[in-house]
Amino acid sequence: MRGTPSVSRRTILGGAAAVALARPALGGTPPRVVVVGAGFGGATAARCLAAGGVDVTLVEASERYVACTGSNAVVIGLRGIEAQTFRHDALGRAGLRFVRATAEAVDPAARRVRLGDGTVLAYDRLILSPGIELRFDAVPGYDAGAAEAMPHAWKAGEQTVRLARQLAAMPEGGTVVLSAPANPYRCPPGPYERASLIAHFLKTRKPRAKLILLDAKDTFSKQRLFEAAWAKLYPDVLEHVPLAGGGQVSEVDPAAMIVRTDFAEYKADVACIIPPQRAGRIAALAGCADRSGWCPIDPATFESRLVPGIHVIGDAAIAGAMPKSAFSANAQGKVCAQAVIDLLAGREPESPLLINTCWSLVAPGYGISVAGVFRPTDGLLADVPGAGGISPLDAPDAVRQQEAAYAESWYRTITRDVFG
Amino acid sequence: MRAARPVLAALAALVFGTGACAAEMRPPPGASSCTGCHAEGAAMGRLEGRSEAEIVAALDAFRSGTRPATLMNRIAKGFDAQESRAIAAWFAAQGAR
Repeated sequence: MRGTPSVSRRTILGGAAAVALARPALGGTPPRVVVVGAGFGGATAARCLAAGGVDVTLVEASERYVACTGSNAVVIGLRGIEAQTFRHDALGRAGLRFVRATAEAVDPAARRVRLGDGTVLAYDRLILSPGIELRFDAVPGYDAGAAEAMPHAWKAGEQTVRLARQLAAMPEGGTVVLSAPANPYRCPPGPYERASLIAHFLKTRKPRAKLILLDAKDTFSKQRLFEAAWAKLYPDVLEHVPLAGGGQVSEVDPAAMIVRTDFAEYKADVACIIPPQRAGRIAALAGCADRSGWCPIDPATFESRLVPGIHVIGDAAIAGAMPKSAFSANAQGKVCAQAVIDLLAGREPESPLLINTCWSLVAPGYGISVAGVFRPTDGLLADVPGAGGISPLDAPDAVRQQEAAYAESWYRTITRDVFG
Repeated sequence: MRAARPVLAALAALVFGTGACAAEMRPPPGASSCTGCHAEGAAMGRLEGRSEAEIVAALDAFRSGTRPATLMNRIAKGFDAQESRAIAAWFAAQGAR
């Protein structure tokens, strides 16, 4: 896909799209697709649509994308934020129209999107991949201002760097408090990878320091693998307080650096609060989010259950058993793009199969994973029985090392695939 | 219009080559997820251009556990013999172009 002059691409495909995808009702006008959000889901979908000859406009507010996946390594200084940062330049050369703007409103009846600068884009199909919005109304005391003293670092970028600096500057013997939200949220194993890597950092760099992981639930992704690793590697550093042990955060006081639960008060030197989340703002504005704050979708096409003509992919979607991950968003972007191509051509989309894989590091060079294969079942994406699951509990160190290396290789592949 | 599509699709393939979003034909269920990991230069290796028999045999071996794996054993179990063959044939065809 790289290295071909974009002019010839556009010229040839403009013609191809017009003929191959035109619906009789449109009298020769090529169908237009608008994609909002150039993260792992949206950028993938837009690229695939362009490769399929569709007239596609990709709307993205930011100049750069900063990937969350892998950013826990930045939090403890294993790598710089620049390794997580990707420019959108290449997308503009992928045979699509890249528009840097916010999407402010959607008129589903007229099939139009209004951008921040007042531009109106008409669409035949709209794909929303807006990621998440952090709920600054969910934890008393934790608003956008509080996130300066107590970073969430759950949208990568300045927040990630802020948390990294606070950890680097904390005193020996200090206390880190990290809170994990209830389901669902972006990257289910992410808080536990973060806890693991912070524990590694404290163990190696901050003698006598402790990490308290306050958890709003009792069970979590890759739990047995994480707990086995914690018992082995960080028995004196990491204390996990599950929901049943009083782990739900009831209030924070960022000025005093205090995190409260119904049962206890924790004075923190560094506090990382990962608040509850909902689908990115435009999903709700378009009417695609339900009362949960997330977007119900058809599991074969990712078309909204609430608003015809709009598809929702990635973290914002309610994808059944499929977790909110970069791998999922990429896989969904491809499947959704194919379904949109089929629908525009008047073809019945096939029932898809999708894969997810998530690796986590519990220490540098110590990787664990969860995988799944999913298919539409009873209106939701469900696990294919007998497939998927977590890394073996009894794997030798060599396997953990290999999984850590695969995680790194996947990161290079997926970011090149999406942004390269 | 239907008759025109294969010609135009072939044209698109010439322009875009292959990869995650290869446009020349509809990938069978499951195939488009594979390129999330499998690519040129990746530790997991590229699938395009491998023979159908090789990919089918690899998936069989991962499923039965005769081929050591960290993760593909778990993923291969998500595809039956027919789905595996379709995925294998598709990747084999991508390389042949």
